[in-house]
Amino acid sequence: MSIDLKTVKHISKLARISVDDEKANKLKGDLNNIFEFIEKLNELNTDNVQALTSIAETTLRFRKDEIKSENIREKILKNSPEENKDFFVVPKVVE
Amino acid sequence: MSDITSQSLFELTSNIKEKKLSSEEITKAYINRAEKSKKLNIYITDNFEKAIDQSKKFDSNPNLDFKLPGIPIAVKDLFCTNGVRTTAGSKILNNFVPTYESTVTQNLWSQGAILLGKLNCDEFAMGSSNETSFFGNVQNPVGENLVPGGSSGGSSAAVAANLTPVTIGTDTGGSIRQPASFTGTVGLKPTYGSCSRYGIVAFASSLDQAGPMTKNVRDCSMLLEVISSFDQKDSTSIDYKRNCYSKELSKDIKGKKIGIPKEYRVDNMPDEIEQLWKNGISYAKDCGAEIIDISLPHTNYALPTYYIVAPAEASSNLARYDGVKYGFRSSGQNLIEMYEKTRSEGFGDEVKRRIMIGTYVLSSGYYDAYYLKAQKVRQLIKKDFDDAFSKVDAILTPSTPSSAFKIGEKTNDPVSMYLNDIFTVPINLAGLPGISIPAGKDKNNYPLGLQVIGKPFDEQNILNISYALEDKINFKNDISDWWLSE
Repeated sequence: MSIDLKTVKHISKLARISVDDEKANKLKGDLNNIFEFIEKLNELNTDNVQALTSIAETTLRFRKDEIKSENIREKILKNSPEENKDFFVVPKVVE
Repeated sequence: MSDITSQSLFELTSNIKEKKLSSEEITKAYINRAEKSKKLNIYITDNFEKAIDQSKKFDSNPNLDFKLPGIPIAVKDLFCTNGVRTTAGSKILNNFVPTYESTVTQNLWSQGAILLGKLNCDEFAMGSSNETSFFGNVQNPVGENLVPGGSSGGSSAAVAANLTPVTIGTDTGGSIRQPASFTGTVGLKPTYGSCSRYGIVAFASSLDQAGPMTKNVRDCSMLLEVISSFDQKDSTSIDYKRNCYSKELSKDIKGKKIGIPKEYRVDNMPDEIEQLWKNGISYAKDCGAEIIDISLPHTNYALPTYYIVAPAEASSNLARYDGVKYGFRSSGQNLIEMYEKTRSEGFGDEVKRRIMIGTYVLSSGYYDAYYLKAQKVRQLIKKDFDDAFSKVDAILTPSTPSSAFKIGEKTNDPVSMYLNDIFTVPINLAGLPGISIPAGKDKNNYPLGLQVIGKPFDEQNILNISYALEDKINFKNDISDWWLSE
């Protein structure tokens, strides 16, 4: 299997990372090398193997659904890229 | 008394408790040395002014019951520190100042430690040489133009260069143990679930663990004792009784069964590493351990598995960096363009590569072929270890397939860079504890490490084996201070 330029562009769209043609070509080469390496896994028959989904053999704990932090509005907005004391500001979404 | 910055954590703690040194003297000694060590590019952000204030505050009313009384410590810049910039080595977090503290760093401060600053690392901990950092590469104090390993490269270099008595790093595929090996220092990755992941910038959540990086095994046990704790804020934190690692530290490993996996004898491994391993085996025998040949048949599949699982998790974790709520933002005509430009300009090449791999293996039509397949192989790798640990108490291997390499030597070939982690990655996939200790040098006089791998939650055992081996190996890291400026 090999990854073509169209696929690279498609993945970059999915990943929300813009790439120009030069970068896309470079990525195509890198990704193909990496996938060649990864495809070693196809040597193994895993038909009857159960997928490992969690390495910690515990079930997730339940907890009460309650508010533990209060008055943290300022803290949450503190690192906002565009300053506004009440909201996160983004480019216009609705016309 | 030897020079302050060359003392171990154990010595510094004793000197504070016996009032032979003050926190302020110690803190200023490290800061003074850091000012002369800028050439190593170890710090991303320093906290020197506040550290001096805190050391004075400690000295005015010292609590000597603390486990880290007034001890200044610098940490990898992947731990969120309240009020101190945390970048993860990335442009996209260049201006991020957390409003909360990671649990493991909080554990340090709760035991009297003082934050010296934030240490350089590979961007989002993705790298094996510290060369992917937005803030530039780090020099290995072992020799000029050598990489310090990665991703905790600033951390390993800081310990080796006496710029912090101890530090904490994070390890997703070897990021504590490989840099420890490259710098002649000790690094331990705990069992998955031992140390809280809360407040650590996430890379691959099913693999990430924080752990101690130190000059010697005793310091390592002291630091692990402080940072390992159950935490409600991490859903995969495990509630079990932790040992008093430093109190229970013992060189008595008589009768311990140590496994030697034949699959770790890889092609093109330098003779020096083969010899290092043999020496380790004979030292273990001298200590009364029993050596048993074992097999971990799926070892060769660990790296390909890792390079599906880790990027898949990373692509999900890093989806949050969209320029909206914090971090770097680029401008765009509309929301989508803003996202795309922010991520394109904010992430470096290696991070983008891994996000792309992860996005691809999780995308519609490829999930079963890659991600599900990798999770199945991960099960086989874990089973290899389960089988081995029914016969042995611990496993001894080399830490890395080579010593530190030159800066720039492997940056153009991602796969050759990935091969660095061939001996460390399987341990993360299986969630086990592993420690690297300095065990010898190669022909260039560069350090080489041995790795001791344990059963889940058996950190005490691998610390004890390392403590016994360390005594026999008697490693000396003669570093010349070549980088110091006046």
